[in-house]
Amino acid sequence: MTPRQRRLGLVVGIIVGVSIAGGLALSAFRKHVTFFFDPSQVASGQAPVGESFRLGGMVANGTVQRAPGSLEVRFTVTDFAHDVPVSYTGVLPDLFREGAGVVAQGHLRSDGTFVADEVLAKHDEKYMPPAVAKSLKRRHGEARSDPGS
Amino acid sequence: MLPELGQFALILALLLAGVQAFFGIAGPMLGRDRWIAVVSPAVAGQAVMVATAVGCLIASFVGNDFSVSYVAGNSNSALPLFYRVTALWGAHEGSLLLWILLLAGWTVAVAVGSARLPPRFAARVLGVLGVVSFGFLLFTLATSNPFLRLDPAMPDGRDLNPILQDPALAIHPPILYTGYVGFAVAFAFACAAMLEGRLDQTWARWTRPWTTAAWSFLTCGIALGSFWAYYELGWGGFWFWDPVENASFMPWLVGTALVHSLAVTEKRGLFKSWTLLLAILAFSLSMLGTFLVRSGVLVSVHSFAADPARGIFILAFLVIMIGGALTLYAWRAPLLKSSAGFDLGARESFLLFNNVLLITAATTVFAGTMAPLISDALGLGTVSVGPPYFNPTFLLSMLPLTALLSVGIHANWKRGRLKDSQRLLLITLVAAALIACGLVFGIYEHGHVLTPVGALLGVWILLSSFVEPIQRWLQGVRVPRGMLGMTIAHSGLGILVIALTTVQSFTREHDVALAPGGSTTLGSYQFRFDGVAPIEGPNYDGVGANVTVTRAGAPVAVLTPQKRQYWVQHQLTTETSIRMNHGNNILVALGEDLGAGRWSVRIQIRPLVSFIWLAALIMAIGGAVAASDRRYRTSRVTEAAVPGVTVGNSA
Repeated sequence: MTPRQRRLGLVVGIIVGVSIAGGLALSAFRKHVTFFFDPSQVASGQAPVGESFRLGGMVANGTVQRAPGSLEVRFTVTDFAHDVPVSYTGVLPDLFREGAGVVAQGHLRSDGTFVADEVLAKHDEKYMPPAVAKSLKRRHGEARSDPGS
Repeated sequence: MLPELGQFALILALLLAGVQAFFGIAGPMLGRDRWIAVVSPAVAGQAVMVATAVGCLIASFVGNDFSVSYVAGNSNSALPLFYRVTALWGAHEGSLLLWILLLAGWTVAVAVGSARLPPRFAARVLGVLGVVSFGFLLFTLATSNPFLRLDPAMPDGRDLNPILQDPALAIHPPILYTGYVGFAVAFAFACAAMLEGRLDQTWARWTRPWTTAAWSFLTCGIALGSFWAYYELGWGGFWFWDPVENASFMPWLVGTALVHSLAVTEKRGLFKSWTLLLAILAFSLSMLGTFLVRSGVLVSVHSFAADPARGIFILAFLVIMIGGALTLYAWRAPLLKSSAGFDLGARESFLLFNNVLLITAATTVFAGTMAPLISDALGLGTVSVGPPYFNPTFLLSMLPLTALLSVGIHANWKRGRLKDSQRLLLITLVAAALIACGLVFGIYEHGHVLTPVGALLGVWILLSSFVEPIQRWLQGVRVPRGMLGMTIAHSGLGILVIALTTVQSFTREHDVALAPGGSTTLGSYQFRFDGVAPIEGPNYDGVGANVTVTRAGAPVAVLTPQKRQYWVQHQLTTETSIRMNHGNNILVALGEDLGAGRWSVRIQIRPLVSFIWLAALIMAIGGAVAASDRRYRTSRVTEAAVPGVTVGNSA
């Protein structure tokens, strides 16, 4: 084998390796990308039942309820057009509160309740998840676009 | 007056950076030595001016000058002094100033350390650093001025974000940025070498210690950030594939590739163009990381729209820097032919694999980080990409990388066949397999498929990395610092792989509702909740709980998690309580009052999780040891004077 052939072999090997990796990454991508829906999209049936997705909106005022001493909490996520009831068992994040933005990851039960495995309210209280801000803005038709406020 | 003085100093620094850039690049190009002589004083002057500006801003923070908009937004009179100083880099404007300060520091270090380099080359390096500094100063002054006044002044500040009021996060940005900025030095050396047309091995030798030092800082910075996320955010994980984390991880992956490819370029004169591209890429990703994290673009593309001036400036600056460097590269590409060849089993091949795999990993991380932004910008719906994507794709390149490391570390330069090191490979592999089996099946009785694989790979790296130093030691041959550093860093990687495998396989966690006196069991530990009591700190109050941990009846620890409410921003934070016990990190976080006298409590046991940060520290120490190798410091002027592939300085 001449050095030239050897180098060619090496390059071909690398290209094959990288393409296999790329292909696998792409398929992982398709399978593992999580979609985000707001309550209106859920209400219109765009969100799949039983599959994992993220639900975002505001925690509606006066809806956070729990049986005393129970880890299970129920609240309503709203985009001021539609509501989705959410059930979650576990420790809520520090920034979770009524009237604040929230993103919950979980799945929709056939009775219309969203069962969350994870509730996110990240980083700081001024921060509203961009997806939430956007969908709220769309529902409201507001002109100002400042996700920071 | 101080803020005005600071702003004036920044403007002077901008002018001096311009002087440094112009004379540093034009001087050698036109062959004017008097122009070159201007560069070093400009470097020194710029450093003094930047330090003055930073000093003024710190003084404004310490003196609670709430007429300065940035101070009012990120500090408060009740904030402890230490955090009033570190609040400097609590937000975008101050972070940029910190970046500029660190760049000035690195530039001074290069100016001092390059006394042994040919003056023209040194001037070019400093000139390129001047261009970078000029860009950042201009950006700061034009769009993100930290000295802007408020009229009227605020009676008190809005406080530093409470989750940033933490020692680890206070020192995380400076260390991380030192790493980012260090890649500017590698970038400057690469550009200087291309400008000079002297792309031989000497260039790589001059660059190596700087790049390795920068890599060490970046490693430390990332580990500190991960440590902070573990205990302060209260989620208990050590890595979340958050865009902010990824932004610092991508330059690290590319930087690691650069450190390895520089070795090939220096020792064998190969991979020249690849090394240059990596130097450009590492710095580009560093800049991207700085800009994107702090300007909020990673959170949402819409923040570009919210502040178009910043966005456009960032894009323009990145295009000029990266585009300029790539143009330079295209122009010099004909000089980059290398004649030497190497065998498939030679060390060069393995380092090539190392580079390909690291870049593949960086690409998959990049794709995952950018996909939500791109999908959002194109109106394809809002998606999020999380661990289910990152974990498998990252492992896909890391598993072969770690396996090839243990094989390739024994290979010789240029000539090599696997047969040569067959026996060594077999011995270390069998030994590693035995130890790994002992670990996995002896100490822990369960796990998943990847557990034995990960343990095997980790132990194999550990064993393999010590083979050569021990052989040398037995033969009575000196182990140079470079090799010692490599051994330390690789053994750190081995420990990291073992720790990651253990944490991922054997973590136990659950959330429980507990009344005072109630208890729960997790793993082999019992947790008794002893109730809560009010607490008060300098700028917060809240509740603290006592949780008594026992193991088989014997007391282990009393953990005291807290829930704090900071007064100014009314923000709740969770202070986790963590204790090490037999390698297990026991973490308890206090949730909320559930009513009926019960509280929610989060309990997690992560075995060996501390070893992840320890391993990162070991890797960083390895880098520091390698960077201090004497052969980088001995005078190379004589050698540099020997005509190499020089094309002449008229270029």
